Amino acid sequence: MHKNIKFILWILVGLLGTFALSTIALNRGESINALWLITAAVCIYAIAYRFYAAWIAAKVLAIDETRATPAERLDNGRDFMPTNKWVVFGHHFAAIAGPGPLVGPTLAAQFGYLPGTLWILIGAVLGGAVQDMVTLFFSTRRNGRSLGQMARDEIGVIGGTAALIGTFLIMIILIAVLGLVVVNAMKHSPWATSTVAATIPIAMLIGLYMRHIRPGRVMEASAIGVILLLLSVFAGGWIDHNETLRVYFDHDGLPLAFAIIVYGFAAAVLPVWLLLAPRDYLSTYMKLGTVILLAVAIVILRPDILMPAITQFTDGTGPIFGGKLFPFVFITIACGAISGFHALIASGTTPKLLANERDIRMIGYGAMLLESFVAIMAMIAATVLEPGVFFAINSPAGVVGKEAIDAVAKINSWGFAVSVEQMSQLAKDMGESSLFARTGGAPSLAVGMASIFGNAFGKGLLALWYHFAIMFEAIFILTTLDAGTRVGRFMLQDMLGNFNKKLGETSYMPSVLFTSSIVVAGWGYFLYIGVIDPNGGVNILWPLFGIANQMLAAIALCVATGILVKNGKLKYAWVTGLPLAWLVTITTTAAYLKVFSDDVRVGFFAAANDLSTKLAAGLLPPEKAAVAPQLIFNQHLDAYLTLFFVAMLWIVMMDMLIVCTRRIAGKPVLPCTEVAHTESQLNNAWVRD
Amino acid sequence: MLKKLILKKLRHCWHLIQQLSGDSAYAQYLQHHADFHASSVDAPAALSRKDFYKLWQDQKWTGIKRCC
Repeated sequence: MHKNIKFILWILVGLLGTFALSTIALNRGESINALWLITAAVCIYAIAYRFYAAWIAAKVLAIDETRATPAERLDNGRDFMPTNKWVVFGHHFAAIAGPGPLVGPTLAAQFGYLPGTLWILIGAVLGGAVQDMVTLFFSTRRNGRSLGQMARDEIGVIGGTAALIGTFLIMIILIAVLGLVVVNAMKHSPWATSTVAATIPIAMLIGLYMRHIRPGRVMEASAIGVILLLLSVFAGGWIDHNETLRVYFDHDGLPLAFAIIVYGFAAAVLPVWLLLAPRDYLSTYMKLGTVILLAVAIVILRPDILMPAITQFTDGTGPIFGGKLFPFVFITIACGAISGFHALIASGTTPKLLANERDIRMIGYGAMLLESFVAIMAMIAATVLEPGVFFAINSPAGVVGKEAIDAVAKINSWGFAVSVEQMSQLAKDMGESSLFARTGGAPSLAVGMASIFGNAFGKGLLALWYHFAIMFEAIFILTTLDAGTRVGRFMLQDMLGNFNKKLGETSYMPSVLFTSSIVVAGWGYFLYIGVIDPNGGVNILWPLFGIANQMLAAIALCVATGILVKNGKLKYAWVTGLPLAWLVTITTTAAYLKVFSDDVRVGFFAAANDLSTKLAAGLLPPEKAAVAPQLIFNQHLDAYLTLFFVAMLWIVMMDMLIVCTRRIAGKPVLPCTEVAHTESQLNNAWVRD
Repeated sequence: MLKKLILKKLRHCWHLIQQLSGDSAYAQYLQHHADFHASSVDAPAALSRKDFYKLWQDQKWTGIKRCC
């Protein structure tokens, strides 16, 4: 295309983006169309990708197209293999995009649509996508080494160990909080429970099909699986209307939590082909299909956003989770803006498939932009609901009261209109007995999605759409749960292998059972506490997960900054250094507040002390008094865990700063572990077009 | 002419989808085996489709493959 036309086009994209962004940022009082959010997002992503990411690739990383990648040099036809860039993009995106970008923005919508949206956009283009891209690049230059290995090689043993322990702990917290989201979605919902339960035999059936009936026919098997999943949504509705059957699926949170714990253990121990792999295929297809469907529906429907730009809850009194806008919006939305977990995928798996370094921008930076877009859609789905309805669904009973009438009165007192009749009608439309205090984000996202889908594709099917959305969320939450438990097991076996060789063998059954039990007990404990906590558990677990995830991101950015400085690129170190400084600021502030704040809804110690005092004075109702000692113990445990996360982060930071200072002062540092340049022999037109 | 071009593009897309899903992984493995191992006398025989997929899936799920 002619250079001038391109120039004018980019100016137009810039102007449109600025206009859309100022519309969503400056609008007050009137409702705003969701298309403005989409427009602002797409323009910002386009400009960031075309200019910032291209500049990082060319100047900061100095990507070299002539250099052979590990996939070419170490090609073994299995994990190391030059692969088409679109295929790698697909694999990478499917790996990084889990339930996180759907849940975080839904919870953060309590501050209004604006803070979360701005953080998703700015955080992704300046932080998250940069982190993913530079980690992918550095790992590619090191034969696909993992983040932990790179931290150990480039910064030192301390950094490497911190990354390893951090990863293990974040996994435990992540699985617990995701388990809680599923439990809250299934609580007293026979339709949701039976549909989610049906996904297990369906996955196993597909596993058997792919293993024994038609080995390796993944698409064929997945197509059958997706049809069965859709049928399970219909079957769930039938079970819900059948008085005899529905009682088998109508449960409290606690039995459901135990069921998930047993399931998690089984998934970690069973062979991958039977449950984990087929479930993952199904969840990937469902995820991609639903996200595309949601985008199409939003464009067709162009819904208005009903949530104010900013709510009064920026002062820290929010019902969904306690704490002020700063720093808690940045902790609540991790995935979608910046997620440390991505660095584990960008190092290790994806670099082994890259055919050419030139694809790093598209895969590393581009896939994160797409995940950020998913987060924007989740924000839209949450904020197109009437704010009163949104708060009624997401506020825990511990905050608004157990009875519908109390909850409605409380929410009305905040200035958000909602009535008991309205909520009853909504629950009836969605095929649920009640939608009050359905915390965790999944039910409100499902209501939002159902109303968007219902309005775009047929209103009579709201209950079906709702349970389809619940099934869609549950299926890949359970995939993360399965995969996470299994990875936790491997990590633990790896660590224990240093002390006892037999325990380190991944096929040694006693070790498999022992390590799986420890991992399941770890997240099972937090899930159990989350379920018995009258404040909904999400209030505690989600910030803890956010802090852990951002800590991991900070470790990844430490490694990247350290490598840049060691490579003599001090003048570009701000590219990773600035997001790192921001992450250190928010995680440290959030951790400080979570531990030491006097606000009982924020500070762990304050909450523990408050509960102890009330328990001693006999002020607690009997059911709360019974669980109070466990909750007090848990608050203390969470406080120490948070302190541990922050200590870990600062140790790695200091370690990195020492390495940088020594390098700048001309003192010896650990040698750079980049593999020497080899000329690419690959005629890679076939893998790159 | 146009029809040919569209068919070519569609075939290409189908090929990508097969790669993405893993349907063509075994064919790729066989190709790799033929290119790199078949020429040597003591080369091991290529795995059967069933055994290859078991190995492929086990390997795919060793390590961190799914995120939040």
